Amino acid sequence: MKLELDAVHKSYGDRRVLNGIDLAVDEHEVVCLIGPSGCGKSTLLRCADLLDPIDAGEIRLDGDVITEKGVDANGIRRRIGIVFQSYNLFPHMTVLDNVTLGPRRALGVDRDVAEERARELLGRFGLGDHADAYPNRISGGQNQRAAIVRALIGDPEILLLDEVTSALDPELVGEVLSVIRDLAAGGMTMVLATHEMGFARDVADRVCFLHEGRVLETAAPAVLFSKPEHERTAQFLARVVEAGRL
Amino acid sequence: MAQPGWLRPDARRLESPHPLRKRFLNEEGAWPAVIAVVSTIVFFGGAAALVVTSPNWPRVRDQFFNPDDFRDAAPDVLDGFWLNLQLFAWSMLLIPVVALLVAVMRSLRGPAFFPIRLLAVIYTDILRGIPLILLVLLLGFGVPALQIDLLPSSATFWGLTALTLSYSAYTAEIYRSGIDAVPESQRSSARALGLTQWQALRFAILPQAVRNVVPALMNTVVSLQKDVALISILGIREAVREAQIYTSRTFNYTSYVVATLLFLAISIPLTRFVDWYTERDRLARSQAQA
Ligand SMILES: Nc1ncnc2c1ncn2[C@@H]1O[C@H](COP(=O)(O)OP(=O)(O)OP(=O)(O)O)[C@@H](O)[C@H]1O
Ligand SMILES: [Mg+2]
Repeated sequence: MKLELDAVHKSYGDRRVLNGIDLAVDEHEVVCLIGPSGCGKSTLLRCADLLDPIDAGEIRLDGDVITEKGVDANGIRRRIGIVFQSYNLFPHMTVLDNVTLGPRRALGVDRDVAEERARELLGRFGLGDHADAYPNRISGGQNQRAAIVRALIGDPEILLLDEVTSALDPELVGEVLSVIRDLAAGGMTMVLATHEMGFARDVADRVCFLHEGRVLETAAPAVLFSKPEHERTAQFLARVVEAGRL
Repeated sequence: MAQPGWLRPDARRLESPHPLRKRFLNEEGAWPAVIAVVSTIVFFGGAAALVVTSPNWPRVRDQFFNPDDFRDAAPDVLDGFWLNLQLFAWSMLLIPVVALLVAVMRSLRGPAFFPIRLLAVIYTDILRGIPLILLVLLLGFGVPALQIDLLPSSATFWGLTALTLSYSAYTAEIYRSGIDAVPESQRSSARALGLTQWQALRFAILPQAVRNVVPALMNTVVSLQKDVALISILGIREAVREAQIYTSRTFNYTSYVVATLLFLAISIPLTRFVDWYTERDRLARSQAQA
């Protein structure tokens, strides 16, 4: 297994957000996390990238526990890529500098080498002309694709995507989804939180429904979307259908 | 056949203003400026007349605005002011560095850094709590009195140190407000790239934080320029001290006016520049957001 979460608990103050999450993601697998707002999707992804400490349970990457004392957290984060809903590019740097910051500073790669690789990747993701632009000069979709490139340049073993299209104007969603589809086709291991059920059905090998801090139900999309096992899942999907998102 | 008035050819005057009306419009455009000039002249002229016609004016003029004394006092005061400028320059080099160090110490995360954070908090609390003039006296007279060989005994050195320590405490808080204004998500993004806490601060957070607070920092510079004069109480012969010496020798206060003009000569352009920069910065930001 690439990534495993075992009985992961996480609270913010009194608010218990993750209440025993069990999840295993195989190499080259694409897993979608769905669930109502506030069910802990973002928290799960942040914890998996060690951006937030967990209270109990353990997380393993390639079978090695990464949530115990003495683990080189920076080293682990380099092996995992994460992209956030609001892109979070650094506004004071060009796209190119955003993308090369990780390799240059965390890995000590020479500027020339890093930039050459960055330009190649930016070109592949349709951003060749925007390498020297500042984030506030390009569209939301371009920002998000740049953020994906920034996460990919370190050759992560797994990519975590947190509602990467939620902040985008509707006409820009497609370009970002197609990038993710390409990554999936290329064999990238991915865990993505999403509200785009149609896309989840398309791209996911497995869909997990989160409820009250647990994975309530997990199944292949065709199964989970057509005959969910749990009442809660069915209710959630009914509401999604009502909102016109499935 | 009678046509309605608005169909007749000369009705077009509605579109281009009648010549008379045009002149009236122009005059209307000039009016505010005229009013401003006149009211300014009346106001300041009146105030000046009030002063000049007051019964004591001739004596005051002799004591504060005497051309001869002006000429006599100017060289020494100017010499002293040169020292003010040097101290101003030194403190402008030192304060940003010390302040940034304190601000960074204070924004380190994690239990391991608790003592460092505590140290930074104690420093800012105490140094901001002491009136600058007291700190100048304490360090300027106190430390040399200890007669520790390793420490410099120059009053100028300790005056500068007092100035730096006090202003660094305020400036550190300015930096910290800038650091706090950078969204938490920026830190997460930097850490997610595998950067260490320090690298995240250095490359992602601080550049944005400093940019946030440049106007506030520049306002500090304006007040720093004036507060350099406080070290005159240590007997250091900077501009104010020189002016004082002249006054006690001649019983004429024109030397203070000389010193005042010298400070204004620096602080007014500085203030204008800060205002201009702040406005430009504000515009740039509102445009970047649009
Ligand atoms: N840093 C934090 N401090 C306190 N509470 C938090 C923090 N982060 C998240 N929470 C709370 O934890 C709960 C789960 O948040 P999370 O962002 O993981 O949900 P989500 O499933 O991603 O929701 P959404 O679909 O709206 O993104 C929410 O109730 C939220 O208010
Ligand atoms: Mg979320």
